[in-house]
Amino acid sequence: MVDQSAQTPAKAKDDDAGYWSTNIRIITICLVIWAVVSFGFGIVLRPLLSGISVGGTDLGFWFAQQGSIIVFLALIFFYAWRMNKLDREYGVEEE
Amino acid sequence: MDQFTLNLLFVGASFALYIGIAVWARAGSTSEFYAAGRGVHPVTNGMATAADWMSAASFISMAGLIAFTGYDNSSFLMGWTGGYVLLALLLAPYLRKFGKFTVSEFIGDRFYSKTARLVAVICLLVASITYVIGQMQGVGIAFGRFLEIDTTWGLLIGSCVVFAYAVFGGMKGVTYTQVAQYCVLITAYTIPAVFISLQLTGNPIPALGLFGEHTASGEPLLAKLDQIVRDLGFAEYTAAHGSTINMVLFTLSLMIGTAGLPHVIMRFFTVPKVSDARWSAGWTLVFIALLYLTAPAVGAMARLNISELMWPNGTDAAAVSVEQIENDPEYAWMATWQKTGLLDWEDKNGDGMIQYYNDANADLQAKAEANGWTGNELTKFNRDILVLANPEIASLPGWVIGLVAAGGLAAALSTAAGLLLAISSAVSHDLLKGQLTPNMSEKSELMAARISMAAAIVVAVILGLNPPGFAAQTVALAFGLAAASIFPALMMGIFSTRINNVGAVAGMLAGLVVTLLYIFLHKGWFFIPDTNLFTDADPLLGPIKSTSFGAIGALVNFIVAFTVAGMTKETPQEIKDLVESVRIPRGAGAAAADH
Repeated sequence: MVDQSAQTPAKAKDDDAGYWSTNIRIITICLVIWAVVSFGFGIVLRPLLSGISVGGTDLGFWFAQQGSIIVFLALIFFYAWRMNKLDREYGVEEE
Repeated sequence: MDQFTLNLLFVGASFALYIGIAVWARAGSTSEFYAAGRGVHPVTNGMATAADWMSAASFISMAGLIAFTGYDNSSFLMGWTGGYVLLALLLAPYLRKFGKFTVSEFIGDRFYSKTARLVAVICLLVASITYVIGQMQGVGIAFGRFLEIDTTWGLLIGSCVVFAYAVFGGMKGVTYTQVAQYCVLITAYTIPAVFISLQLTGNPIPALGLFGEHTASGEPLLAKLDQIVRDLGFAEYTAAHGSTINMVLFTLSLMIGTAGLPHVIMRFFTVPKVSDARWSAGWTLVFIALLYLTAPAVGAMARLNISELMWPNGTDAAAVSVEQIENDPEYAWMATWQKTGLLDWEDKNGDGMIQYYNDANADLQAKAEANGWTGNELTKFNRDILVLANPEIASLPGWVIGLVAAGGLAAALSTAAGLLLAISSAVSHDLLKGQLTPNMSEKSELMAARISMAAAIVVAVILGLNPPGFAAQTVALAFGLAAASIFPALMMGIFSTRINNVGAVAGMLAGLVVTLLYIFLHKGWFFIPDTNLFTDADPLLGPIKSTSFGAIGALVNFIVAFTVAGMTKETPQEIKDLVESVRIPRGAGAAAADH
């Protein structure tokens, strides 16, 4: 998705629908990761990770108490960086 | 210098700092009162939002709930941070682009309906007031401890301080004081945790110490803790005990609620640009994560310390003696906290020792009988005192204890002030100026804002005297209410052009009513004790506790809104255009000009 819009900057201008659908795609990817680390690794899938031990307990416990928070941080900064770039690709950034 | 004077000194100095800043940055116009003239840098805004966000629930209460429950309460950690992902991705940039002051203004304009705005105001008030109750609980405990009085008096004195403080400045005063409060609270939270982590694991970073090695035994810290609590008949710390469904729903409720709370969302109206709103959410979470990565370590290490203090020679030897509790300076904290009425012990079997164990555990009955124990003798240990008592439990120097008292008050005060601001703007700006008396002057609008703050405090104090749970649990209820009412309306308003005025109003009302009903059924009508029909130990719907219901309420909201919108008139074209424009950052600056 990055390459497409970079190759055709002229077309990208005024393509608000294209901008929005790219945004929705980025949001969806981020939210899937968001759900997998917290509800997945931290809660529902914890039994599957019980074989991997981390400091006296298992990886699921680490995800529930620390890991998911670190991933959340990465997701928000990635999204901010990616969207601010997308704004410029589509020429919809603020003046 | 004795501990009482030291506490007063720290608390007094921090207050002088906040009030100084509030007076220096006193709000003049209504625009400054609500949104600080939109001149706040994302990092500054992030820090202030973090202080606003991390309340008595995060600072005072959360680690205690984790300490005594272990893994099952990880929901608080994931829920109260994961919500920022939703906020950053789904709401913040668009609400900033829309460019008004309050959440209900957005809902009123997007759903082209005064009724929608009114319903949004009601939802905000219900959620915010429930939230303030939790804060006042925290304020009461903190004041009770550092003045060494009963928590009821602590609550009354604290509420006067909160009121005086919130009325002084509006958002601008609050923004810069909250930066100062963040610095105080994060220092106060981290320093004792570093000391304790060094004592127990030799690692200066508590978050790493939690997964490190317990120096005294050579075992991993969490394995050691699991073993001690198991020996005392309690549930294993790192294992899952509750229902998985409930844990998922509870975590989800806290996440959605985070993204639906007015005093947090309002923050993102105050950054200069849409791109800043995206960064701002990230910076906020950075500052929150500093505390949230430390909190589970604080909880686990405190649980270990308490267990070892009660069983100084190991769980198989004799328990701590009453004489030692009364005379040994290491146990002085127990007498101090007894004065607040939140900690108590009783030598039930008269053997001169205090046995702390789980007397409800059948497996421990034989051991108890053989040793002549007649029940758990640490009869009361309120979860909410753990963080404040933690430095004393670990025998840290007096100045650390004073610092923690100041930090706890900073956390409770900053959030209470932010919430009161959200409540007062909902009443004066949305209810009075927006609906009832549109020609109101700026001066009387500010007056109305202050009167509504006072009214909100009175309600919160009355309800805070008989709280529906520990501070973090009360706050969790507020999140459930915000999750069920506000978040779905905001999200549908941005991501769907199909939802019309009737759909949004029906959705919000359905979500709010069904969640409020479920909470009242379990916690008593208007939180009045003994009027509940069910308990969270045996909830109405399978494993779903009242604190977890927000996620279900949100689902009800979405379903009702889509169904009703599908049966009624389509959204007008100009509203569809409004939604389209909110989705694109271009031209954000101009939107606020009409205010």
